[in-house]
Amino acid sequence: MKKDQWIMGIETSCDETAVAIIKNGREIAANVVASQIESHKRFGGVVPEIASRHHVEQMTIVIEEALKEANLSLPELDAIAVTEGPGLVGALLIGVNAAKALAFAHNIPLVPVHHIAGHIYANRLVKELTFPLLSLVVSGGHTELVYMKEQGHFEVIGETRDDAAGEAYDKVARTLKLPYPGGPHIDRLAQEGSDTLKLPRAWLEEGSYDFSFSGLKSAVINTVHNAEQRGEIIAPEDLAASFQESVIEVLVKKTVIATEEYKVKQVLLAGGVAANKGLRKALEQAFSTKSDIDLVIPPLNLCTDNAAMIAAAGSIMYDKGIRADLSLNANPGLDIELYN
Amino acid sequence: MTILAIDTSNYPLGVALIEDNQVIGEYITNLKKNHSVRIMPAIQTLMKDCERTPAQLTKIVVAKGPGSYTGVRIGVTISKTLAWSLKIPLVGVSSIEIIAAGAGRHFDGYISPLIDARRGQVYTGLYEYQSGELTTVKEDRLVLSADWAAALKEVNKPILFVGNDLPLHQAVIEETLSSQAVFAAITEHNPRPSELALLGKDKQGEDIHSFVPNYIRLAEAEAKWLEANGKILKG
Ligand SMILES: [Zn+2]
Repeated sequence: MKKDQWIMGIETSCDETAVAIIKNGREIAANVVASQIESHKRFGGVVPEIASRHHVEQMTIVIEEALKEANLSLPELDAIAVTEGPGLVGALLIGVNAAKALAFAHNIPLVPVHHIAGHIYANRLVKELTFPLLSLVVSGGHTELVYMKEQGHFEVIGETRDDAAGEAYDKVARTLKLPYPGGPHIDRLAQEGSDTLKLPRAWLEEGSYDFSFSGLKSAVINTVHNAEQRGEIIAPEDLAASFQESVIEVLVKKTVIATEEYKVKQVLLAGGVAANKGLRKALEQAFSTKSDIDLVIPPLNLCTDNAAMIAAAGSIMYDKGIRADLSLNANPGLDIELYN
Repeated sequence: MTILAIDTSNYPLGVALIEDNQVIGEYITNLKKNHSVRIMPAIQTLMKDCERTPAQLTKIVVAKGPGSYTGVRIGVTISKTLAWSLKIPLVGVSSIEIIAAGAGRHFDGYISPLIDARRGQVYTGLYEYQSGELTTVKEDRLVLSADWAAALKEVNKPILFVGNDLPLHQAVIEETLSSQAVFAAITEHNPRPSELALLGKDKQGEDIHSFVPNYIRLAEAEAKWLEANGKILKG
């Protein structure tokens, strides 16, 4: 009988201190997340220095809780997987250094993980991956289409040229004076309104899988501004619906075209914005008629930042023989194709 | 008894191992290099050279600041994680006190270590050896070096100023305190990690989970928020 594989994941790239333990790459034994959302709310966004301070306060508590939840001790772990980047450097450093200390103290292999690889691998906690596949990654810092021909191999075929979709959501939320984080509020408002404003769609040049959201963001701000000058009021519901429709239409259409060109068997949704109801619905609709393509959308708690996804990706990287030594550093600009 | 001391709170990076009444290994550099890359390999190398394993450690002592926010967090995170996972006590020591301990042991008077904090400011405190024991005379603080020098005019003892950032503040101190001020030699400026270990040797372990660096300063965003909201409250 094959011995079980236990991987601990550590994630501190932004404002969640998270530790998880995964069995055999797919089963969640523990998944602990200490969120800092409340302490950043009053600043209207994540303040890096405050995030780093919170990570120091939470780190060992969260590690202890995860081990307790999984009913494991450190020497039983096969590896410690940690988010190396991208993210906020000061925040990443806490997870990286805690992971290195654990690896050193207990002689446990250390596996570096790319945060977006983690988001993609959240899907493997739901369903086994079938290749080739395409993943649509949408989060606060990222909007990209990633092609995978096999486990642990990533090829970015399209990415945003300016703002990430999540950033555009935050800025539009601010224009609408919605509280931080604004994404869920826009999603909620959009369900109540309709796409009346016909905002622009950034298709870019023919055949490109890249995205651009800065034009759309400006269009929203101008629309609101012009309406104000004319003394008109645009229903926030309609503005949210129009904005969201413009984002989603581009995301979904480019994903569909890419699945055709790359002849993929599976489409994975990944990243924090994957929690967006409008996006989920539109993808489900688009792929409902394509019976040869399997669409996987993780549950909400696996879409936002967590460490289960880091351990899931770490499990594959561990099998591939990827290791870090004790000089591992935080790398805020880490390239996902580095460990291919 | 095997104590591991870790200091990454400012440019000097330090690791020491002390055992019973001996310093068995010590490593210091004073470079503008990345602590995150170098500290764990330094610990690993020192312990390997000294033929000690993590399981043999009985206590971790860490420099808890003030200093570089990122630097002090690296040392504190590693120390908390090591102490918690090895189930051994953790002790934090002021980064300023470590410098005083090394430089001032045989100095008859007060010791004021200086760590530059930009815009004419320093992190400093006032210490004194009393019958072989280092004691705090004035708590660690963030202060303009000019103001600090002026305040020290009142104390009637010679003061030893020490620290790698001394050249940035020496002129203003000399001007105010003239012969009352004594300046340490360059070999005394680096905080010695073995002094850190010694300072923590007999101290009781602290609660590991809630242990945090001593930043002295609030995060800038926090300070601004308090100021802005204070103003609103005052109307
Ligand atoms: Zn993320």
